[in-house]
Amino acid sequence: MQKKINLPLSEADIQSLKAGDRVLLSGVVYTARDAAHKRMVEQEKEGTPLPVELAGQVLYYTGPTPAKPGEVIGSAGPTTSGRMDLYTPALLEKGLKGMVGKGYRSQEVIDSMLKHKAVYFGAVGGAAALIARSIKKAEIVAYEDLGTEAIRKLTIEDFPVFVINDIHGGDIYKDGVAKYKQ
Amino acid sequence: MKEITYEKIVEEVKAMCMESNYNLGEDVYSAFKQALQTERSETGKEVLTQLIDNADIAKAERVPMCQDTGTAVFMVDVGQDCHIVGGRLVDAINEGVEKGYGEGYLRNSMVYNPMNRKNTGNNTPAIVHIDLVEGEELTLHMTAKGGGAENMSALKMLKPSDGMEGVKAYILSIVREAGPNACPPLVVGIGIGGNFERCAFLAKKSLFRPLGVRHEDPAVAELELELMEQINRLGIGPQGMGGSTTALDVKVELESCHIAALPVAVNLNCHASRHQTIVLK
Repeated sequence: MQKKINLPLSEADIQSLKAGDRVLLSGVVYTARDAAHKRMVEQEKEGTPLPVELAGQVLYYTGPTPAKPGEVIGSAGPTTSGRMDLYTPALLEKGLKGMVGKGYRSQEVIDSMLKHKAVYFGAVGGAAALIARSIKKAEIVAYEDLGTEAIRKLTIEDFPVFVINDIHGGDIYKDGVAKYKQ
Repeated sequence: MKEITYEKIVEEVKAMCMESNYNLGEDVYSAFKQALQTERSETGKEVLTQLIDNADIAKAERVPMCQDTGTAVFMVDVGQDCHIVGGRLVDAINEGVEKGYGEGYLRNSMVYNPMNRKNTGNNTPAIVHIDLVEGEELTLHMTAKGGGAENMSALKMLKPSDGMEGVKAYILSIVREAGPNACPPLVVGIGIGGNFERCAFLAKKSLFRPLGVRHEDPAVAELELELMEQINRLGIGPQGMGGSTTALDVKVELESCHIAALPVAVNLNCHASRHQTIVLK
């Protein structure tokens, strides 16, 4: 079964999503990976306001390839989320409601997601050319000097993801593997 | 004596960088199709379907199949009767990488050093391993190695008393720990023996062998198949969300080692397993 969800995530959407669900996301997501996270959290500590308002928003962990002339963006699949774990609880505190990436999250992040009612989605790692087709607009909104690691505002349409961690304690990495382990 | 020009190497390397990122190998594409037939999980099948569609798009539009266009790693066999003219081999490779990544709209993913983490801006330096062989050919093996799977790779110096059972248990533990992070279904490259650095090299080298091609030594070939079966029983599945396809293939290379040693290296490769080989004559 496939659900369609418009961003930003509503409280009802967040309640209804279950680990393992296939979802098509439409709306706005912001990209950030290692260097942007480091800078955001450092700025936060210094008391500088974040360059984008993350409350209610969804972050996508990606560092796209350069766009060919005439294209919106290059290939843009998910990178490994675990590298952002150190910074994530601070952003969830600020009201971040969703993340799209791939791979394990730390227990600390999972606990923080449960506390702040946020959802972790997985996109298919390595399906970057396919995923790029669902990105309709892309603009750099902060940290342009970071190149591929700059923060981009993406407008997406039917962007394919799976729910990895839901707010009810479901975790497809654990549940799925347990089901097929021999 | 056969002469191969610097410019020729630059052009070939440039093309390899682009092709490895745009065109999924036939061997890997067939392995996806095969896995789609045997995968038990519906989620797993959906992942495999997306990967096949993705490969088709990348090939048709000549765009990178993955945004992580990798570290350019080369294993070069230089025939001792071949003469490279016009400049250094390693410089030619780096120039080819710079052109391939720049003109091919590939991502620059290399930093100058781990302390400053500043991007070099052209995806160089390439990592180049050179071996001197018989003959007058120059063979370039290239892989665009992604960071996700490389980060989950590992090496351990086991004790001879751990035996092959210890080796197998260690390999399974690394694949289990990698879970979704290394972008399964994986190609698992394994080095056994040699010494500390040689073992890691063997694991990397094994990844250049096309999927489905077994080691020429029947005992090693049997080990590869046994490991593949055990890995696919782990249940990790495509993208780690559960399923029966965790590894597309397992490759083992082994070499002599010290009487006190049993080194094992596991170099994980993501499902794209981008590898290219060309021979310059």
